[in-house]
Amino acid sequence: MATFSTNEFRSGLKVMLDNDPCAIIENEFVKPGKGQAFNRVKIRNLKTGRVIERTFKSGESLEGADVVDVEMQYLYNDGQHRHFMKPDTFEQYEAGDVIVGDAALWLKDQDPCTVTLWNNSPLAVTPANFVELQIVETDPGVRGDTSGGGGKPAKLETGAVVRVPLFVQTDEVIKVDTRTGEYISRVK
Amino acid sequence: MIDAWRPSCSLELLRLRAQILQEIRHFFLKKGVLEVETPLMSHAVGTDPQLAFFTTEYCAAPVRQTLFLQTSPEFAMKRLLAAGSGSIYQICKAFRNGESGRFHNPEFTMLEWYRVGFTLSLLMDEIAELIEQLFGQHDYSLAPTQRSSYQAIFGQYTGLDALNFDYADYCRYALANECPEAVALCGEDHVLWLDFIFSHHVQPHLGENGLCMIYDYPACQSSLARIKQDNPKVVERVEIFINGIELGNGFYELTDVKEQERRFNDEIRLRQQKVLPASVKDQRLLAALDAGLPECSGIAVGLDRLLMVLSGNQSIGEVLSFSLHRA
Repeated sequence: MATFSTNEFRSGLKVMLDNDPCAIIENEFVKPGKGQAFNRVKIRNLKTGRVIERTFKSGESLEGADVVDVEMQYLYNDGQHRHFMKPDTFEQYEAGDVIVGDAALWLKDQDPCTVTLWNNSPLAVTPANFVELQIVETDPGVRGDTSGGGGKPAKLETGAVVRVPLFVQTDEVIKVDTRTGEYISRVK
Repeated sequence: MIDAWRPSCSLELLRLRAQILQEIRHFFLKKGVLEVETPLMSHAVGTDPQLAFFTTEYCAAPVRQTLFLQTSPEFAMKRLLAAGSGSIYQICKAFRNGESGRFHNPEFTMLEWYRVGFTLSLLMDEIAELIEQLFGQHDYSLAPTQRSSYQAIFGQYTGLDALNFDYADYCRYALANECPEAVALCGEDHVLWLDFIFSHHVQPHLGENGLCMIYDYPACQSSLARIKQDNPKVVERVEIFINGIELGNGFYELTDVKEQERRFNDEIRLRQQKVLPASVKDQRLLAALDAGLPECSGIAVGLDRLLMVLSGNQSIGEVLSFSLHRA
């Protein structure tokens, strides 16, 4: 893998730091007029999601990380692992709970999602921004209420719980924004 | 980029720059300080290992000669002082290779002035006067100017003693302040520790909406300043800041030719150790010092950064007609 100098650190660049794959968020050149030049870099650890700040001497370099985002189809959960497939090559990947993380709340069999691969192994899973899921459990709505004011919790087929308007009923399919966990609309 | 032909700053900033230049010239005219011009290209260049220079080639067949673009007009201006110019100032371009970022453009505008017979403290009065006047003329009300020694301000924000290096103390500080990487990065290099901690943990606090002047720099960061007579641990150097931005650096100038040559030699050796491009010792400056540089103090101020502060812009590109990427 190529190495990258601090001068090449751009937002989005994937590098290895402390043996973990990381993504550069921000890179600021800091140099006293009469002194050592540094680069103050904000980095996200792609394994833990944590953001840290780290200072390098300008001109130092880091090894690039073989990290790519791949569109895949979520296949099924075998109880221990979730299975994903590249739709063009039918290549399959499996990932445990730690890697799938909160994405599990939004993954329905056959749905598209993004799998981040590091050295060709899943590192993280990101659901589509919008998903359509069926409500399996929610209190019956109050008669006459058609607005969204207030709302009530509704459990979805994947296990996620979102707030929905009172008029939305069990068995209905709704559209949800996975980035915020918010109800968007009913799906007819 | 379709719009890359356009200036990186607004037209309003072009006008602000023109006004500031005029006001600076007016300031020095009233004080009887002479405006001068010196060459941007020279046979020699500063030896500071922390400054990377540009070179260019003079060609008049069969002559081919390497020339350096100045990293500051200091040496040429000192030769004028030695020749008897009296107090002088210059507004010119300076060039520093590899420096590009929110506060850096490899080519930038510098205001540099020297006051014959001034101590550093007198020069600091004049710096404050100029800055307060410039900001006042643009309805920018500055907080009262602050002055602090390097050791006092370093101690205030870190609890560390800047003049007496205690490796264990410095490491403890780094670990407790979310910069553990400093331990490996700086090792036992006191100068590097000071650069690291000062730029990350002290400087950002300096000069909130006002001018802050830091003086009595540690002797290990002497550059071209004179060692203080009553305290050899510090040098007669001042740095000025507004809103955490370094704006300028001044000295009670070194006039001792032997000491100057020793510092040149040290820095040239350091450049060799670090495998940096070789720089050429400026023999003409040494000859001028030998002939006699009058007692004087001088400072260089980055005018682009001054404009950033004055206009509230967050990056140097926003105050330059064309930053590097559009030049």
